[in-house]
Parts: sequence; structure tokens; C-alpha cells
Amino acid sequence: MNAAMEQMQNTNTVIDVRGLHTRYGKTVVHENLSLAVQKGEIFSLVGGSGCGKSTLLRAIIMLLQPVSGSIRVFGQEVIGLNDEQALQLRRRWGVMFERGALFSSLTVAENVGMVLREHTRLSPGLIDEVAALKIALTGLPADAGAKYPSELSGGMHKRAALARAIALDPELLFLDEPTAALDPLSASGIDELVRNLRDMLGLTIMMVTHDLDLLWRVADRVAVLEGGNILGVGTMEELSKSEHPVIRDYFYGPRGRAAREQAWKKK
Amino acid sequence: MTADQIAKLFIQTDATSASGIVKLRCTGAWTVQGIAQLERQLKDMAWPAGVGLEIDSSAITALDTSGAWLLHRTVGALEQQGRSVSVIGLRAEYGLLMDLISACELLPPSAQSDTGLLASIGKQFLGSLENMFGMLAFVGESAIAMMRLIVQPSRIRWKTILLNIQTAGFEALPIVGLLSFLMGVVIAYQGADQLQRFGANIYIADMVGLAMLRELSPLLTAIIVAGRSGSAYAAQIGTMKVTEEIDALRTIGISPQELLVLPKMLALIIALPLLTVFADVTGIIGGMIMARSKLDVSFDVFIVRLGDAVSLSSFLTGIVKAPVFAAIIALAGCFRGFQVGSSADSVGRQTTLSVVQAIFLVILADALFSVVFNWLSI
Repeated sequence: MNAAMEQMQNTNTVIDVRGLHTRYGKTVVHENLSLAVQKGEIFSLVGGSGCGKSTLLRAIIMLLQPVSGSIRVFGQEVIGLNDEQALQLRRRWGVMFERGALFSSLTVAENVGMVLREHTRLSPGLIDEVAALKIALTGLPADAGAKYPSELSGGMHKRAALARAIALDPELLFLDEPTAALDPLSASGIDELVRNLRDMLGLTIMMVTHDLDLLWRVADRVAVLEGGNILGVGTMEELSKSEHPVIRDYFYGPRGRAAREQAWKKK
Repeated sequence: MTADQIAKLFIQTDATSASGIVKLRCTGAWTVQGIAQLERQLKDMAWPAGVGLEIDSSAITALDTSGAWLLHRTVGALEQQGRSVSVIGLRAEYGLLMDLISACELLPPSAQSDTGLLASIGKQFLGSLENMFGMLAFVGESAIAMMRLIVQPSRIRWKTILLNIQTAGFEALPIVGLLSFLMGVVIAYQGADQLQRFGANIYIADMVGLAMLRELSPLLTAIIVAGRSGSAYAAQIGTMKVTEEIDALRTIGISPQELLVLPKMLALIIALPLLTVFADVTGIIGGMIMARSKLDVSFDVFIVRLGDAVSLSSFLTGIVKAPVFAAIIALAGCFRGFQVGSSADSVGRQTTLSVVQAIFLVILADALFSVVFNWLSI
């Protein structure tokens, strides 16, 4: 009975982090951190600068080796995977880095197409079309595909990075600061895009963000990180009622209040 | 990959209804991994003759944007042929996805324009002309910045200069010493055979001394430093250009020339002559060791002969070249760094160019020196 329940929970849990310890040199970043992300939800990590949000993300996507603990993605332990298994896993997720990390010597269309060329057996013609489609999906104008990353504005750069992250139609999408450095209009475009992707493709999305508007509009659940540990997990409504001083400061600062009022007006 | 993971499209020949509508059926996973085979089949698919088509897509097990695009494209192509196509049985969420896809406007692929031979030659020429003027402008700017330093010596960044002397000079001692030593060995070895035939063993000191001091050690040192430090300058400044640090310097009101170029150039102008002297010494030691083992010329005989054969002016002709080479290497490296565009690729290209150009210009300058010294009969 118990085992069956656990099994069921496992199939719905996309990311399961338990007892994670990470360290940069001598600085301890996370101590005994645990969290779980369910299938189809938009899960967001928030917290002050330097609290280890991005480090947690890097540990989950296998860019950083934790000291101890367990990270399971799609039910598979990611620590100590061999190359073949790691590749299989990496094909199922897409990552959008904070600063885009587009390949500077390739055009936007080539950046997106490269992922498809590497991992699928589609014909070059269809790859070009699918790449153009992804670029259009992220709200970039059609002529952006032929441009080099250096010719793009900050917002377009973000969108192009997102287009590359969704090139393979991943089941799981990691977004590191998806709306940072975007004008409000582009940022709300990204809100909508993130939600659309989840609704239509059944994506699970894990993001790191400071954008309170984005949190109120799209996040299903939010985890607040502080001092290497999770202070609270819940919906924005639940967290905004929290009595914890750090969480209160975070959501009830002047910006937090404005964003919340905005969100309530919408409802 | 199992059967239901591959996308398929069937034409149901038996199911043509009374109204003449041909029924088609989609099955399997219409996903980026599943549609590869289907895409090839669709290319030379024999479509039925009827005008009305009905695509039953209720059996699609999975649909992603790539699959949706393929379906959308196929429907579009059929409609272009003047047929009427309806897609039925799509799950609600897949319907939304199809709507999203059809809302996207794609640019038709543009044909790349071909440039003729003449045009590309012209472009190439203009490019190199621009390059040359750029280099001249850069040298000019550096000279102006240097003037400012001479007027206001308090602006000279001694700390940076010393640091550069350490990295470009002191840390290059082992490699310069070793290579120069080997060069001395090689010259003595090659010369030994010839000199022995004439019984002129003692002239090995003249040969090694003059060759090393006048030509080889300045040239060898310059080439090593161009490879070691010139490339490093180009890569450093180029990366700073990519990350907009150069622009940041300008906005803070610090001239990049003054902070980045001049300290490097001054450091090299000081370090390269010193390195050359060191190369002279190790080269001659190499020659001396070879002379004793192959020609039985002992160390003290060699040194006495060396003193007679090599005049001060021979030594100085070698050393005088070094500061000029140093300026060439530093300017070529820094100039190439500033030419970097905004991609990682161009950092690599410009770094390569910096070394090629520095070595080319150093050898050219060496040839000019030879001509000038010949005129002056030094």
C-alpha cells in the first residue's frame, strides 16, 4: 500500500531533491535542502541575491556536482549518471540561461536549428521551418532568425534563448530569470508565453525569478530560499499570508504590494 | 522506438463516402522524434484524387509543436492544390496548439545572393585597405596617448607596467633561455663540420657569437614573445571588447589606450631587450658546450676568441632592434584586440591574426634593419 502510494507520487513528481548539500570552494550554499516539483506545474524559486537559487538550478541540470544528497529528475537519479544516460535526460529538458548564452558565431535560426540537427533526424528543410516556428512562437519578428546574437536587443536576446530552450519540445523547462532586463511589455509577453507553453504542451517549468509580477501571474507554487534552505513553499496567496519575517519583507516591500494589488485587480 | 511512437498518416481508400470525401487517419506520436520517417514519406505521397479531404486525428497519441507544424504544413499544401481539407477529432489541447501554430507567420526562406568573383576581390581589397588605415589610426592614437604621458609623467601606471614586465618578461625567461640555448647548439653543430675541414676550429666563436648576437637571439626572442604575449594581449582586449568593458572604461573617463595599450608597450620595450641579452648569453653557452665536445675548443679559449671577434657594435646592433620589435608586437596584439567584434569567434580570429601580423612585421623590420646597418656599414 505504502509502496504503491510512493510509486504514484513518483510518477507525478518531476523533480525531487532530497537532503542536498552544495558548496562553492569553502562556502556552503545549501544545507540539507529538499523540494519537489510536480508534473505540469510552474514552480518558481525566489530569494535574495546570493541565496543559492541559481546554484540549485545548476545542481539539478548537472552543471554542478553536489557534495551529498539526492536529485531525481523524471524519477532518475542525476548524480553519478554515465554519459549516455545523461544525454538521454538532457534531451528531455531545455534550459534558458540568465544571460541567454546564445552561440555568438551562429545566427538565431542556426542557434535553434543546431539543437534539432544534433538530436533529430528531420530533413534540413523541416528543421529550418521548425526553427523559424520556434522563433515566431517566442514573439520575435520573422527577420530575427537571420540576425546574429550581437545584433539583438536585450529583450530579443532573451526570447531567442527561450526559442533555443524549447527547440526540442522538452517536457521540462528551466528558466533562469526569464524576464530580467526586459521592458514591461516584453515581460508580460513572456508571462503569457510561459503559461501557454504549459497549458498546450503540458510542460513542467521551473524558474528562478525576482519578478513579482511574473510570480503572481504564472507561478503555481513558489519556494522562498534563504541562507541555503527553503523557508516556505506554497502558492503566492499562501506565502503572502506567511508570518515569517523574511518572507513578509520579500512580498510586502513596496514593489511586492504593488504587484499583489495588480494581481487582485485582474481577478 | 516502438510502433506507437512513430507518426503515421493513412489514406483510407475503402472509406470514401458517398459525398466523395476522402478520409485520412493520423496515428502515433506526432512529435519531434516521431515525425522523421513520416516527413520523408509525405514528400512523395500519392494523394487521392478527390477534392474533399477529411483528416481524422483522434488517434494521435502525442503532439508537439514540430508535429503540429508538419500537420499544419501538410494541410496548407493540400489546400494550395485547391482541395478543401478539414481536420477532425483533435483533442482540445491539441486544437489550441494548432491554433497557436497557424497564428505564427513565417518568412519564406530567402535565397542567398551570390557575389561574383570581381565583387569579392573588391570587397577583399577594401577590407585590407580599411585594415591598414585602422592600424595607422591606432598607431597615431597610441602616439598621442604617449605624448600625454610624457607631458604628465604622473599618469604613467608603473604598477601595471611592472606587472606586465613580470608576465611578459620574467616569466618568459625559461622558454627563451632554453630555445636560445638549443639554437646555439644547432649553429655550432652545423658549423663544426665545415670549420673542421679547414682546420679553422677556433672560428666557431666568431660564428656563434655574431650569428646569435646580431640576428638570431633578437629575432628568436621577439617571435617567442609575439606568440606568448602578443596573443595574450589580443585575447584579453578582445574579450573585454565583447563584454563591453572597453566601453565602460571610456564612459568612466579612462582612455583604454592609456590603461591597456601603453603599459603593455612600455613593459615590452623594457623587457624585450633584457630578454634578448639573456638569449645572447644562453645561446653562446650552447655554442660553447658544442664547441668543446665536437671541436675540442675549451671554454676559456672560446671566451677569449669571442672577446676579440665580437665588437661592442655587434652586440648593440642586436639589442637596438629589440625595443622596435617590442613596440611592433604590443601594437599588433592590442590593435587586433580592439578589432574584435562581438562574438567568441572573432576573438579567436583576431588572436590568430595578431600573432601572424606581429611575426610578419618583426621579420620585415629585421630585414630593414639589415639594409640600414649595411648602409651605415656597422
